[in-house]
Formats: sequence, structure tokens, C-alpha cells
Amino acid sequence: MSVDVSKVATTNGTTPATAKGGKAAGAIANWADERLGLGTAMKKNIRKVFPDHWSFMLGEIALWSFVVVLLTGVFLTLWFDPSMTEIQYDGAYDPLRGVHMSSAYASSLDISFDVRGGLLMRQMHHWGAMIFIASMMIHMLRVYLTGAFRKPRELNWIIGCLLLLLGTIEGFTGYSLPDDLLSGTGVRAADGFMKASPVVGSYMSFFLFGGEFPGDAIIPRFYAMHILLIPGLLLALVAAHMLLLVYHKHTQWPGPGRTEQNVVGYPMLPVYAAKAGGFFFIVFGTIAVMGGLFSINAVWKYGPYDPSKVTAGSQPDWYMGWPDGLLRIIPAWETHIWGITLSWNVMIPILVMPPLMLMILMALPFIESWITGDKREHHLLQRPRNAPTRTAIMVALMTFYGLSWAAGGNDIIAIKLHLSINQITYFMRGAVFIGPVIAFIITRRWCISLQRHDEGKLLHGYETGVLVRSPEGGYAEKHLPLPQGQAYTLTARDDDPTPETVEEIDASGATGRTARLRKLRAKLATVFFADNVQKPTAEELHDAQHHAEHELHELESQIAAGPNRHGPADH
Amino acid sequence: MLVCGLLLTGGLYAALAPAQADTSQDEAALVKEGRELFLVGCAFCHGQNGEGVLTQGGSQYGPALTDVGAAAVDFQVGTGRMPMAQPGSQAPRKEVVYTDEETAALSAYVASLGTGPAIPDAELYSTEGMSEKEIEELVVRGGQIFLANCTACHNFEGSGGAMPRGGYAPKIRGVDSKHIYEAMLTGPQSMDTFSDGNIPPEDKKAVIAYLNELDEAPSYSGFTLGSLGPVSEGIIAWVGGIGLLVGFAVWIAAHTTRSSKKKDEAAA
Repeated sequence: MSVDVSKVATTNGTTPATAKGGKAAGAIANWADERLGLGTAMKKNIRKVFPDHWSFMLGEIALWSFVVVLLTGVFLTLWFDPSMTEIQYDGAYDPLRGVHMSSAYASSLDISFDVRGGLLMRQMHHWGAMIFIASMMIHMLRVYLTGAFRKPRELNWIIGCLLLLLGTIEGFTGYSLPDDLLSGTGVRAADGFMKASPVVGSYMSFFLFGGEFPGDAIIPRFYAMHILLIPGLLLALVAAHMLLLVYHKHTQWPGPGRTEQNVVGYPMLPVYAAKAGGFFFIVFGTIAVMGGLFSINAVWKYGPYDPSKVTAGSQPDWYMGWPDGLLRIIPAWETHIWGITLSWNVMIPILVMPPLMLMILMALPFIESWITGDKREHHLLQRPRNAPTRTAIMVALMTFYGLSWAAGGNDIIAIKLHLSINQITYFMRGAVFIGPVIAFIITRRWCISLQRHDEGKLLHGYETGVLVRSPEGGYAEKHLPLPQGQAYTLTARDDDPTPETVEEIDASGATGRTARLRKLRAKLATVFFADNVQKPTAEELHDAQHHAEHELHELESQIAAGPNRHGPADH
Repeated sequence: MLVCGLLLTGGLYAALAPAQADTSQDEAALVKEGRELFLVGCAFCHGQNGEGVLTQGGSQYGPALTDVGAAAVDFQVGTGRMPMAQPGSQAPRKEVVYTDEETAALSAYVASLGTGPAIPDAELYSTEGMSEKEIEELVVRGGQIFLANCTACHNFEGSGGAMPRGGYAPKIRGVDSKHIYEAMLTGPQSMDTFSDGNIPPEDKKAVIAYLNELDEAPSYSGFTLGSLGPVSEGIIAWVGGIGLLVGFAVWIAAHTTRSSKKKDEAAA
């Protein structure tokens, strides 16, 4: 038996094979590869495929704005002095010269007026932070509404929720650092919130402030949290979030050629790296333009913090606006018991609601999979309309959030829309309860209508805009079948499972707690899937196709006959 | 304290008035003219002799003007707040109805009804003749007084703020120095009266100097978004920032790997 050895090396060479061309760059890459093994490490990831859709880039806005905030933050640390030592200001801003203030506030003024580019950096840092949290939130909405949180991505969902929480705390500490009137008012409010905790409140406050408010420890402590502790946690969680993203692979929209087993899209290099890298510069540029054009937190106008002063329009930054709104609209409920005051009016909006909302958020994937009994892996996304109850739950939560948020700006709404602040408050007290219910019902029915519309397109074709007059004089619009790709995309979804019935559970012989839980779950699942439209069956589609062909023939002959049945126009 | 201040100013006015013997005849004519105007434009709510009118429910329809002084009239009429177009929770600032002479006549008439602060002289609120250094010190002091006494209602930049039941503390930027002084002196509508015992005249001048400085200073940080604080900033971050960036995301995702459309079509 002869073996072709013409392609086999005849000797073991003493020099390793080297890449041809590229010269300098190739040589450097080779040098690095031989020592770091980069080639092997990157071989797998350099061609990693990411699907393309605008909504997949929302998380990227968060990532890139975080980078901008880190960069500008490093710049600010070079000049910011996190100290509450009282000094007399003698910087460039005339209207405050000679005023006694903390070093922290004075250095904020110095960054704004005496450090070259400092004001731009401060404003970019602040705008970047606002956009960071906002983009995390819209990214979260996208993930939820498309069902991307389902198995195997539940833990990444939780990491995302923690990132949102940490981002908010990071924002709050940053808001407090300049030690201007607005900062101090915010810190004072936080002090009050802590003190509203029953029994331990005042201990917690003394612990945080190192004594009675304001003391001289809070700014350095917040500074340590703001530049070290929380950014460290944020970075670690961002890294974990992205590693999991790579490990799970990105979800994709269903479509021809896309399955639960593959990812259809563009490779990391050169396409996605260019898109993502380009997007970084766009985010950076947008934040830079905002920092250059729009004033944010003009600290010199607020003056140094002084507990005896306050300003109208004292508001937290937007991400703390919704608890503030609840705080503004809650009636003044208090209980006095055994010499202890329970301030429900502070505890409920600040100490109960935000943690509760976070818990609900983190629990959403688990609640849904428990109700639906769906434990399968999902890599294909669902359109929001195809999970009407899920979509409606989020819209109800968004409505609650939005109304609470608006209540946080009740004074600005009052003066700008010429309304009574009391009437806004009374309205909101009802609206935060009624609004989400109305939103839930409308959204759910809206989704189901859209499902019906999809079904109509599949079974009766799309609207052509061609109106045909029948011999009797009636008008009808002709429908034509969808292109096959679109029809596939619309039908590439699972049918909703049929929930167990109570009889089935009884018949299965389950008793006691297990049976009760199963019955509850069955009832919830029935409600969850109620009225959803399932995709048409193969037979139904086949019949529809048959019918459509017939229609098409009819239409063609009608067109051929011409509008007045004088036969085809001869030209 | 408040009453003392009022009495003091009123008393001072009374003491100074006879000294202007030459003008006393003009003064009388002015009061007479003012009364005629008052009967036409003001008496319906404030009563024929400025004694005030009560509603059937016993609340004020138009308050008594017997001891408000000329400064109050000059402020209310001079900023167009009076006469009101309709009864309401607050008299809004609007177009001025009376000429300067008519306002002076009305002020003179109301001042003749009783005590109350006079219209302040320009030297009380004007920084004219002061050195730059003095003005700077005045502005610094005024800023601190402003932050301690005014911002709670009028906002940190005087942009205004909400008050209960549809009322509001108006925007106080771009207002005549004289009118700001009078407002502090007389406490119009829901505003507190900052008598001279409370905020001495030189401190009132300092507050006015600070407000004027705010008007004159450039906006160091770009568009101020109404100077309303974090609410308008949040709106810009969402509508402007996130809106723009999502728009860019759509734009990036809408473009395929092809560098030109032609090639793209050829490939398809």
C-alpha cells in the first residue's frame, strides 16, 4: 500500500515556520504570541459572531458611558479634595470669594473655574453618569421584553439588576461629594431616611456620619465608596456580565437559518469590533457635546452647604426621582408606640419600596419560569407581542415607575404647567395604583391584537393596497401571501404550553401542599396564557396558501381585463 | 419686629413729608388724582376708601389698603399685578396698565390713607458710585443672604418655585431693582415681609446686587436649561442623550458590512 508522502516534510527543521509579509507588525505579533499564547486564545474569539440589531446595542451605550465616566472621573480625582475642613474661598469665582466653605466644595469650584478643562470634565462626568444609568435601564427593558432573561441567562439578569443598584448608589455618592447646597440637602435627606428605620435608625446614622449630622467624616467616606469600593464592584460585575455574555453567546431574533443552536451575525473582527469601537467614539462624542453645551449641576450657584439653607427645586438626580416622588405624595402617616415614632411616610417610599422593586425585578425570570413551567434553554428572542402578559407586567411596572418619577418633579410641573401642586399630589396618589392596572390591561390586549394581526397576515396575506370593484359594485382590498422568509419569521415561535387543569392534578393523586401549589401554578399559567393567539397549524397555512393562489389568479385576470372590462390595453 | 419696622418707616416718611413744603400742594393734587383713579380701577375690590371688601363667606375679596404704604402700590401696580384681571389664588405679573404718573398718583393716594413704607429712593438699591471692590463684596454678602432667605421659595437662581394650592413664588430675574426692594419691604401676596429690622437696607441692596450679578454674568457652563435643577437635567439626559444614542444605535445596526450600497446590491 503506497502512501503519498510528497506533502510531508522530509526533515525536522531547526527554524520554526514564520509568517510571511506584514513585517514589523507581524514580527511584533509573533513575538507576543510566542510568549503569551495570544494566537490560541484569540483564535476562538476573534471570529466570534454577534447578531446585528439596534436593540442589542443599548447595553453597549451603558458600557461605553461607563468608560467615559471612569476616564473623566480619574481626571477629577487629580484635583478634588475630599475634605470637610473649613476654608475661606479665594478662587476665580468672584461672587463666592471670601465665603467660608469646605475644601471639598472649594475644590469643586476650582475644578470648575481654575483647572483647564475642569468644568467640561465635571459636566461630562455628570452627564455620562446620567446616561450610564439610563442606558442600563433601557437595556434591561430590552432584555426583559424580548425574553432574553430566560434560561440560561437568569444569573446575568441578576448581575444586571445589581449593576443598576450599584450604579444608583454610585450616582448618589457622586451627587453628594461637591458639598454644595444641593448635595448637602441630599445627604441630609439620606440621614433622615436612615433615622426613619425603627430602633436602629439613629445608630445607623451616627455610624455612617461618625457622629451627629453632618460631622466632618461623610465626604471622605463617600469619596472612598465613590472612587474605590463601588467602581471596583461595578468593574467586577461588568466583567462577569460580559464573560457570561460571551459564554452564553448572544441571543438573536428568529428568522430563516437561525436556530437555538447557532448564532447568525457578523464576526468580532473586523465587523463587530469596528461597529462597537465606532459606537464608543459616538457615545464619547455625544457626552462630550452635552458636557460642552448643557449646564449640569452648576455648583457655584448653589453655594456651600449649610444646614440652615435650602432651595426650591431641590431634587435628586433622575434615577432617585421615583422614591422621591413616592415620598412627596404619601400622606403623613405616623404611629407613636412605646415612645417610638414609626414614620410610615418615610419608611414606605424609601426603605420599603426601592428594595421591594429590586426584589421584584430580580425575581421576574424565576416567577415566570415557575408559572409557565418552561425550563428549556432559549437563545431565540420573543417579540414582546408574543408574550402579552410578560410585556404587560413590565409596562405596568414602567407606569408605576413613571408616575412616581413624575411625582418627584411635582413642583416643577406645577410652575411650568400652571397647576396646583396639591392637585398633582392628589392625582398621583390615585394614579400610582390605578395607572399600572390600566396600563396592564391595555398592553395585554394590544399585544393580543398584534398577534391577531400577525395571524391575519399569515392566513390572509398582506394588504396590497389594490382595490377591486366587484360586478355588484362593492369594493374589496386584495391581499397577497407574505414572502416565505417573512412567513417563516412570524411562525418561528413555540406554541404556548397548555397548563395543567385542576382535574388532572386531582387525578394524579397529588395531595396536601404539593397539590395546592400545583393548582395555584395551573391557575396562574391559565391567566398568563389566556387569550394568546397561537401560530397557525401547517394545515391552516397550507389551506391559506391554496386560497391565496386562487386569489392571485383572480386578481391577475381582473387586472388583465382592465378597469372597464375592455380587455388588455394594447400598447 | 415687623410692626416696629413698618412704624419706623411710616414714621420716617411722615416726619420727612412736611419738610417738602413746596411740594405739599402738588402732593395734594396728586392724592386727589390718585383717588379718582382709585375709585375707577381699585375701589370695586378694595372699597371706596381702601377699607377692603369681604366676601359673604367672610374671607377677603380685596384686602384693606389703609396701612400698606406707597411702596406696596408702586410694586403691585408698577409690575402689572394690580389691577387683577380676575380674582384668583395669585395675582400674576402682567402688562402694566397704568402710566408712571398714574402709578405715582395711586401710590400717593394710598399712602395718604395711613402708615406704610414709602417708595424707596434709588440710592437704597443702586450700586452707582461704588467702587468695583465694594460691589464685589456686596455681591458676595448678597449671595449668602439670598441663599439663606430667598432660595427656599424662589430657587437658587431666582427661577421661581411652587407654593401650595396653585400659588407660586415668581421668577425674580430681570426684575427692576426698585421692585425687588419693594417686594422685600412689603411682602406681596404669600411672601414674607422683610422689614428693615429683619434685613437692613444695605443687605437688601446686597441681595439686589447679587441678582443683578447673576443677570450680568455669562453662563459659564452652557445652556442653563431654565436653571430649574435636576429635573430639567434628567429630561435632557433622557430625551437628548439617550434619544440621540439610541438613534445612533439604529443607524449603526441599519448598515451592513458593505462599504457601498452598490456592492451590497451586487452581492444580493
